[in-house]
Amino acid sequence: MAAPLTEGPAPRRRRGPLGAPLLLLAPFFLLFTACTLVPIGYAIHLSLYREQRSGLGFGGVEKAFTGLGNYRRALADEAFRDGFLTLAQYCVLYIPLMIGLSLVLALLLDSTLARARRFFQLALFLPHAVPGIIAALIWMYLYTPGVSPVIGALDSAGYRIDLLGQPVPAVVNIALWEWTGYNLIIFFAALQAIPREVLEAAVVDGAGPLRTALSIKVPLIRASLTMVGLFTVIGSLQLFTEPMILHDAAPGVVTTWTPNMYAYTAAFERNDYGLAAAASVLLALTAAVLSFAVTRLGGRSAKAKEART
Amino acid sequence: MSTTAPVRSSRRSRPLPPPAPAPGRRPWSLSKTAVNGALVLATVYTLFPLLWLLTAAAKNTGDLLGGRTLTPARWNLGDNLAGLAETGDGVYFRWYLNSLLYAGFGALLCALVCVAAGYAFHVYDFPGKEKLFGLVLLGVLVPTTALALPMYLLASELDVVNTYWAVLVPSLVNPFGVYLARVFCAGYVPGEVLEAARMDGASELRTFWSIGLRMVMPGFVTVFLFQFTAIWNNFFLPLVMLSDTKLFPVSLGLYSWNTQTRSFPEYYPLVVTGSLLAVVPLVVAFLALQRFWKAGLTAGSVK
Repeated sequence: MAAPLTEGPAPRRRRGPLGAPLLLLAPFFLLFTACTLVPIGYAIHLSLYREQRSGLGFGGVEKAFTGLGNYRRALADEAFRDGFLTLAQYCVLYIPLMIGLSLVLALLLDSTLARARRFFQLALFLPHAVPGIIAALIWMYLYTPGVSPVIGALDSAGYRIDLLGQPVPAVVNIALWEWTGYNLIIFFAALQAIPREVLEAAVVDGAGPLRTALSIKVPLIRASLTMVGLFTVIGSLQLFTEPMILHDAAPGVVTTWTPNMYAYTAAFERNDYGLAAAASVLLALTAAVLSFAVTRLGGRSAKAKEART
Repeated sequence: MSTTAPVRSSRRSRPLPPPAPAPGRRPWSLSKTAVNGALVLATVYTLFPLLWLLTAAAKNTGDLLGGRTLTPARWNLGDNLAGLAETGDGVYFRWYLNSLLYAGFGALLCALVCVAAGYAFHVYDFPGKEKLFGLVLLGVLVPTTALALPMYLLASELDVVNTYWAVLVPSLVNPFGVYLARVFCAGYVPGEVLEAARMDGASELRTFWSIGLRMVMPGFVTVFLFQFTAIWNNFFLPLVMLSDTKLFPVSLGLYSWNTQTRSFPEYYPLVVTGSLLAVVPLVVAFLALQRFWKAGLTAGSVK
């Protein structure tokens, strides 16, 4: 699609109607092909072969077609299935909590009662500026008894909590801290774009603030809800960085704790690229199915809304 | 899906009339306290860990590991910074420089590539355009970590594993940036101006470079800011691609130090102080460029 870039050595003064758009699109699509499409194809290819490299790759390389053998091996491995189970627990806890919290906070910030809107937006968004790995490091310290002032204060008040022994809530909290403010700003921006007349009409009709929020504002920002839901699902499935940090401190976080960690371990500790590729492809397929479901869900509630009005 | 201009929030310039308190309902001032109280509580949650990082960076190893209080017993930030500069012959600052290089060049080139593509999608009509744009949108949904392993194997075939390129080149691709750029072009680049430039005999590429790119500068800065953050925060790709510690970005370097804290507790203050320094550029960028990240998140949300 980007081939004509190198064609035609003679410089032409005037390009044809396709020349300029092709030149402008070529860099992106060349990179997109090299860094997205080709790796996808290569991952699928790898997942169909069994390739065992010994040592650091200096030893002999054996490669044999196994069809769906790697997929069967991955699905038969209890560690892989446990990874998906952990991921499911994480998603069920994290996604509704995060979307609910950021939506409620955005509605509060959008209400006429909120003060210092600019400050709150900035302060709530700020965790997004912290790299995931550093966020995980900070919270790991805040979870560690003896280091953490929070655990210390709770301890002296008579509450003992051991978050390092509860890795799923521990990781959910880190993710909530990182992403609630970011998505809150998306919701807030959408709420601010609702035409003023619509809200005035609601006030005239006698709708209270709660009623206005639930039956007017939330349905009107459905597109943002769908988009945030989509990105949250895709991001959550790739869970890797935070548990990798907790791995050192929390005994429950094994090296195959999430499917992504499983793929990483299979590739770089066991040198089993076929298995790692199969695990990655299965994860990407899950992401595709769930993305489709979220989009359909968003679309259907849109249609239901149109039918009602 | 339509590409609409980023929405400017002008609604709030005219304040809504306050709802008249109905008899029997809670007094107005109470719910005002509740609303702002909830927001303050959420702010405490988001800012407390950063405050802890700030004070922890001023503690020495003993204070850090035994300290339940926020304030250090002895001000140790200078010593920690000195330790950061000395450990491994100042390898931390090498990582820092690497991160600036990866994120700076990567985001600059990525923003240019995305804006060029977004501009082309906005300005020109060509067969299969919307199908091609659909491919871009599908690209947004690809879980990038699933690509890291095949990219590593491809890079080792090309013999570029463990080089700057292995991290830099994949960082240049951001399909969402193309989408954002198209939305911004729709909002900032009116067709009449381009028509006038063409009448004056400017070539198409010149028109893009000297007129289109300049008009869509806010979009360029937005894509740059988000990509800079994404590259600065990226961990998985460098972890897979790099084994030479001299090429590490800060994120990977701090990770490698953190894995050693078990055996060498003196690394704790280094990790904490190093983390604080690594957060500073992004916090400053987000404070200084509020208009741009808000515009980016608004443009994304009207999809």
